[in-house]
Amino acid sequence: MKLKFTALAAAAVVSAAAPAMADLVFPSLSYRTGPYAAGGIPFADGYADYFTLLNERDGGIGGEMAKVIECETGYNTEKGVECYESTKGEGSLIYQPLSTGITYQLIPKVTADGIALHTMGYGRTSAKNGKVFSNVFNYPANYWDGASVAINHLLDLNDGDINGKKVALVYHNSAYGKEPIRTLEELSAKHGFELTTLAVDHPGQEQKSQWLQIRREKPDYVLMWGWGVMNQVAIQEAANIRFPMENFIGVWWSGGEHDVIPAGDGANGYKAVTFHNVGSDFPVFDDVQKYVVDAGKAAGNGDQIGTAVYNRGFYAAMLAAEAARNAQEIAGKSDITAADMLKGMESLEITEERMAELGMPNFGPSFTVTCENHGGPGLGAIQQWDAAAQEWSLISDFAPSDTEIIDALVMEDSMAFAKENNIEERCN
Amino acid sequence: MLYREAGDFKTTYVEDGQTFPIKFDRIAYYILLAVAFGVVPFIINDYWANAVLVPFLIYAVAAIGLNILVGYAGQVSLGTGGFMAVGAYACYKLMTSFPEVSILIHVVLAGVITAAVGVLFGLPSLRIKGFYLAVATLAAQFFLVWLFNKVPWFYNYSASGQISAPERTVFGIEVTGANTDAWAKYLVCLIFVTACAWLARNLTRGTTGRTWMAIRDMDIAAEIIGVNPLKAKLTAFAVSSFFVGIAGALFFAVYLGSVEVGEVFGINKSFLVLFMIIIGGLGSIFGSFAGAAFMVLMPVLLKNILVGGLGWPTDIAAHFELVIVGGLIVVFLILEPHGLAQLWRVAKEKLRLWPFPH
Repeated sequence: MKLKFTALAAAAVVSAAAPAMADLVFPSLSYRTGPYAAGGIPFADGYADYFTLLNERDGGIGGEMAKVIECETGYNTEKGVECYESTKGEGSLIYQPLSTGITYQLIPKVTADGIALHTMGYGRTSAKNGKVFSNVFNYPANYWDGASVAINHLLDLNDGDINGKKVALVYHNSAYGKEPIRTLEELSAKHGFELTTLAVDHPGQEQKSQWLQIRREKPDYVLMWGWGVMNQVAIQEAANIRFPMENFIGVWWSGGEHDVIPAGDGANGYKAVTFHNVGSDFPVFDDVQKYVVDAGKAAGNGDQIGTAVYNRGFYAAMLAAEAARNAQEIAGKSDITAADMLKGMESLEITEERMAELGMPNFGPSFTVTCENHGGPGLGAIQQWDAAAQEWSLISDFAPSDTEIIDALVMEDSMAFAKENNIEERCN
Repeated sequence: MLYREAGDFKTTYVEDGQTFPIKFDRIAYYILLAVAFGVVPFIINDYWANAVLVPFLIYAVAAIGLNILVGYAGQVSLGTGGFMAVGAYACYKLMTSFPEVSILIHVVLAGVITAAVGVLFGLPSLRIKGFYLAVATLAAQFFLVWLFNKVPWFYNYSASGQISAPERTVFGIEVTGANTDAWAKYLVCLIFVTACAWLARNLTRGTTGRTWMAIRDMDIAAEIIGVNPLKAKLTAFAVSSFFVGIAGALFFAVYLGSVEVGEVFGINKSFLVLFMIIIGGLGSIFGSFAGAAFMVLMPVLLKNILVGGLGWPTDIAAHFELVIVGGLIVVFLILEPHGLAQLWRVAKEKLRLWPFPH
């Protein structure tokens, strides 16, 4: 029994590690199960579909086929470690775990193994400082930008004065949810609003007491840092206490279709911050229909195309593919390694023209990544839900965050990390 | 034919009372130790260490700890996750406060601190029993997780509330942090597992263990024959929490490297370790290992077969993993309610008689 088990395990591991190294490997640490699957599925579908599109339409990236290895993490750090270890030996170029917990886990590991980690709009915010975090990228925007963009929106609504207003933050009681608190505290000192924080424990189905407190204290605005099943519950609870939806703003991870649809008309007017465009009204989606969906190669059920979180996965894959292309140019060869990929990411330039060429005009901001700045410009916009039309629409332009406060915080936190781990500054 | 007591003469009481009275068992045990210490470290790679062996060894320590409390002393506990968190946070505070002291000492000290906390939460066991005690330890679980989330001192005021293990070395070899070699991680855990299992085995067959078992079997009778329930129950809580604390410290420092208390040490962890000892066998050191192996290795094995071997979509495979592991648990418990350890015991009995079953 024991021998047979070991033999089976060994055979399985060998067969999993056997595939050729020639392809460009983009592992996808996805989660299609568990309480966070509602957000994990569209993201993973979008990520996989973009690479399928490149393979089918263009024959890969620069002549090399892209290969996506999916590994189910269930948003669980232990499974995330297993997934990382099982895929890193296959020539993986870049990791995008879509989980702040797994990101914290992987930051030291990828740095030791020399692989890039791209945490787009999540993860450790201070990774923006490329001088300290050599292998971690979080362009084009991070949590603190999100918090600041949300507050900027409140300033816009109130003609630039939110002194004395009450703002409540409903957050997932984890590293992810706690990230914006520091920034919001600084902003509250600067703008004079009163901040209350309300923690919601994993997985977030139980929020009655938090919303009772909101009903009692009557804050003017509620911000939310939620994910997975927590979002739907919060929006439903807000609708139940008749909290005015236009005063309820979620971060981008709380702004998916699956979050608002369960609350029906009650969710009408709910807002969320976003760093990329919404909807499927882009030329590239015609190609997706033609090469991916009609060919029967869509990931998952193929029913997520054009949703907000699908677009984010699609966008993440586009940025990864562009970085790989850039790396191929720098290295002068198509078969790049993880080290080449790092260089490609560190000098990535996304322009309006390039996005138009890709059939995604105005899909995200144009930006450049440098050795010092791994975080991009930090632009964000506000999207609003229209329950009758069942769609998101942007109600503001992509505007910058309060860099004065955020840069100082990034510097402080990254320096503390550098000191704790004896990291020498790079890029000098 | 090989598995015989016949001809294996014992001439002293010490020999008669040894853990492995049959020569074949003894040899197998020494070979296992020799392979674990002498061969595996040279062939282990990152995947086998981080995904299979290190979690298995750490869960085995936790399972031994819980088995002492539940299996030997009969005090049901649902607070394992919380006590592991105490071990992890104690280790973190010690590591960051006294960086010059060896990490191995910190891990043991984390166990001692957890033992103290365990005794504190074990006090109600003197008044309440059975399911009511389970509820009291459940309160410990939720309270401890809440505490480590709420009080920033425990996570050194970091913005995210995460704790991350800094790099620490033993004899110049890194054992925590990202640059640790696979063999170093494995060996550190193996040393702790071996020491804990040896300690637990010898405690459970001495006076202490006998008083625990007396309390488990019938506490009033035990009291009448002179067992002090206060001492027996509290030592059970202390020793159990000591092991669980060591497991928590290793889990954080060596295995994961950074930890978020709500996710890693939640109520699910308590149930997982409890399932391990129920499936492995209550009141058995071997059962703790077997249960840990079953619960840790089975999902990894199934994942590799279903996704790596058969090429199934990851979500279907993940759901089937739950179905298959759940089904196996039910089958095992129907066929052998006393767990894998009892299967092993029956197999040994049969082997002794083989090939003459009567």
